Amino acid sequence: MEDKNQKKGKPIKRRDFLKGFGGGAMGAAVAPKFLVQEKKTISTKEGNIPVYSKKKISLIVNGKKHTLSVKPRDTLLDVLREKLNLTGPKRICNHGECGGCTVLLDAQPVYSCMFLAVRADGQKITTVEGLAKGGNLHSIQKAFIEKDGYQCGFCTSGFIMSSLALLQRNKKPNLEEIKQAFSGNLCRCGNYFKIYDAVSEAAKKMRGA
Amino acid sequence: MNEFKLAQPQSVGQATSFLSQKPKGCHIMAGGTDLLGEMKNGIIDAEVVVDLKSLPELSFIKREQNKVRVGALTPVSELAENSFIQNEYSVLYEAALSLATPQLRNVGTVGGNLCQRPRCWYYRDSQILCLKKGGHKCFAFNGRNKYHAILGGGPCFIVYPSDLAPALISLGAEVIIASSKKEKKIPLEEFYVLPKENLLQENILQPGEMLKEIQFPLKGSGEKSTYHKLKERGTWDFALVSAAVNAQITNQSFKEIRIILGGVAPIPWRAKKAESVIKGNRITQSLLQQAAQEELRDAVPLTDNAYKTKLVQSIMSQAALSLVKT
Ligand SMILES: Cc1cc2nc3c(=O)[nH]c(=O)nc-3n(C[C@H](O)[C@H](O)[C@H](O)COP(=O)(O)OP(=O)(O)OC[C@H]3O[C@@H](n4cnc5c(N)ncnc54)[C@H](O)[C@@H]3O)c2cc1C
Ligand code: SF4
Repeated sequence: MEDKNQKKGKPIKRRDFLKGFGGGAMGAAVAPKFLVQEKKTISTKEGNIPVYSKKKISLIVNGKKHTLSVKPRDTLLDVLREKLNLTGPKRICNHGECGGCTVLLDAQPVYSCMFLAVRADGQKITTVEGLAKGGNLHSIQKAFIEKDGYQCGFCTSGFIMSSLALLQRNKKPNLEEIKQAFSGNLCRCGNYFKIYDAVSEAAKKMRGA
Repeated sequence: MNEFKLAQPQSVGQATSFLSQKPKGCHIMAGGTDLLGEMKNGIIDAEVVVDLKSLPELSFIKREQNKVRVGALTPVSELAENSFIQNEYSVLYEAALSLATPQLRNVGTVGGNLCQRPRCWYYRDSQILCLKKGGHKCFAFNGRNKYHAILGGGPCFIVYPSDLAPALISLGAEVIIASSKKEKKIPLEEFYVLPKENLLQENILQPGEMLKEIQFPLKGSGEKSTYHKLKERGTWDFALVSAAVNAQITNQSFKEIRIILGGVAPIPWRAKKAESVIKGNRITQSLLQQAAQEELRDAVPLTDNAYKTKLVQSIMSQAALSLVKT
């Protein structure tokens, strides 16, 4: 596979190198016309039912439409990370328990590790990569930096996505509401209080206060 | 997680017709928040998953003249955010909000919550073949059983993990079960079965059947309800013990009361003995204590879970008294 970074004279990053091996190499660059769909049809007295081994789907990720072919067992997290190269959502517990893989699905926070990509067909997905605009960080990202809202940083993108979901619904959350919104995100460094501060600060910034 | 195929029916009729063909290794997926856990743990080896997400017709909360109807595919978060539910059915609102996390409530459905599988750690371990998976032994009985049953257990000692089931049973809910033949309607209370009746599953669903809808009556006058849940942690957790209480209070006494305990038995446990001690009597702390003791007369704690009897006593009075105070 041709490496875009290499072409532009950029050094090969570790992740690109690893992607060169194995199936991950398909990448987002695959043109839709090569996409395969494996489908059988089972007939019942109520009509035909499609049964997929592979399905062509489209995902609108951070405002950009991607058409790709996925197997039913591919989770949304795996597709985002391995096919679309969006590694903001983290694969940590992979069982819907830690929140590191949180993304917004049509504006609602969900665990992308517990959601099959094939079921997100046609839906809008926002990952942490979709927040900064034109090189400017989002207010939430700025607030996390200013208030030391992270330590090792591994859970941070999940917390930021839960913050975004909260602040889109509630412009001035109180501490209880913040804790409730974060009840599905774990921080192993135990940095919760600074995270709460960061969200309050982000709320202020977003209100323009 | 193994490879599997995904069937996407477009109507309830299609889904039940497909299910009626009883395809091998076929599992229903609603939100998938529980099913995917089982598949990832390797305790389910699905060949075909029937995706109910493509049936939006089953996602609704409707208030009708004399009942409320909730579609099986309604996300739990919609129950928790619905202002009618919040105002009229505290027990259901509180149970929905107590359950899992915002991310899981947005995806997990009401029907999936009522049909979820047990959390017993031996059951969830693919290396262990216990009674519930067709093996010959309950590993919890002589093993680690801190989170297991004190009532109704044997030969398997799971507790039924659903938070919505006790709440809905306290409201007198019924469920509509669809199949390719006729629909049937049964009380939710009769939906669940003890391990002595069926070791391999927790409810009466037959192959080819699915849960379609949940219904419960409009709130009666003077009716008040609440859900109390004790957990080990402040954030998401399954109940150690929970109590759903729905009562009709007149003149400082419980004219009618329904108490359903979670976390204590393999099914949502209707505390009928406690109810009959309480019914019609003046509400006092000692009456509630007496009621809990009556209910616990048949309790058989295992080696690590006798603490649950104390929790039942305190949660029952806590929940019931909170209805009098408010
Ligand atoms: C970290 C974590 C914490 C959790 N905490 C809680 C908690 O505190 N309280 C709680 O109650 N639950 C909890 N759960 C369990 C689960 O997420 C919820 O119960 C959720 O509501 C399940 O719904 P679902 O639609 O995702 O179910 P699914 O995973 O889609 O289905 C669950 C089971 O029910 C069957 N099923 C689903 N829908 C139907 C139907 N309509 N007809 C027939 N069968 C059906 C499936 O085949 C499967 O066996 C937790 C789960 C996780 C991963
Ligand atoms: S309690 Fe039930 S599920 Fe758990 S080990 Fe015993 S038989 Fe298996």
